[in-house]
Amino acid sequence: MEFIFEPWPWYVAGPLIALIMFLLIFLGKKFGMSSNLETICTLCGAGKKADYFDINWKKQRWNLVVLIGAVIGGFIGAHLLSNGNAVAINPDTISILKDLGFQSAGESYLPEELFGLNAITDIKSLSILLIGGVLLGFGARYAAGCTSGHAISGLSNLQLPSLIAVIGFFIGGLFMVHVLFPLIF
Amino acid sequence: MYKSEAASWFRIYEMFQFQSFHMYGIIGSALILGVIGVQLIKSNKLKSFFGEPIKIEPKEKGVWKYLNGGIVFGLGWALAGACPGPIYTLIGAGYVSILVVLAGALLGTFIYGLLQKKLPH
Repeated sequence: MEFIFEPWPWYVAGPLIALIMFLLIFLGKKFGMSSNLETICTLCGAGKKADYFDINWKKQRWNLVVLIGAVIGGFIGAHLLSNGNAVAINPDTISILKDLGFQSAGESYLPEELFGLNAITDIKSLSILLIGGVLLGFGARYAAGCTSGHAISGLSNLQLPSLIAVIGFFIGGLFMVHVLFPLIF
Repeated sequence: MYKSEAASWFRIYEMFQFQSFHMYGIIGSALILGVIGVQLIKSNKLKSFFGEPIKIEPKEKGVWKYLNGGIVFGLGWALAGACPGPIYTLIGAGYVSILVVLAGALLGTFIYGLLQKKLPH
């Protein structure tokens, strides 16, 4: 039973994700974690500002249920099923990150430098988190999906648009990590 | 998401450095099972729990919206170290600062809604 408290290997996590996708399909829905952003915007009245949000959000309510599930899952995973949160990434990655200034690499789940309490009051790390969020929110709606909707659901259905989206994700991600990070950090 | 560390900023960085199989293993194994399962559902014309025939909708055709949207998303994914699913997971895990990322994501979604008609799709 001890293994439940350790980080879970990819061959457990991947299949579990596939299971969730099929559960949602058999419930007549689909597996996608970004349309809930649209639903929340609509709930807050964005429908009055732009036609895009003028949708019947009640039909999308299940989005919010999945979202709440993810929150509960995170709570259970972190507080009830863990004994320490350090993420053991590749030592080479750790040294690259330390050169960039991330001393917490290898020792915590999220970088303290960006997500710690003193980081929130620092204007630079706050902007980084905010801008990162804006980019992913904007991009996910433009591409009509994020990693769950495209990399997993879309590619499972052998959809070419999803492949294009995933290629885009990687172009963006690699550019950010290899070109922009050394400039930002 | 949490226990597999897919919600960890460090793992996303590592993935874009190609320095571990872990993230590729997660997405890859989910995908292989996904492809097999979807093909099974289609060839056997399986029904949902509610008795409705399952229709897995193909994505709308297009190139630019997927490429441009994908690139912008990728930039944000690497910077924030999370995509929407893990954002909610991290909130549950108690990392309050991820709420800033969520606020950004909602803002980004809203901006897209405003600009949508003027962008190439």
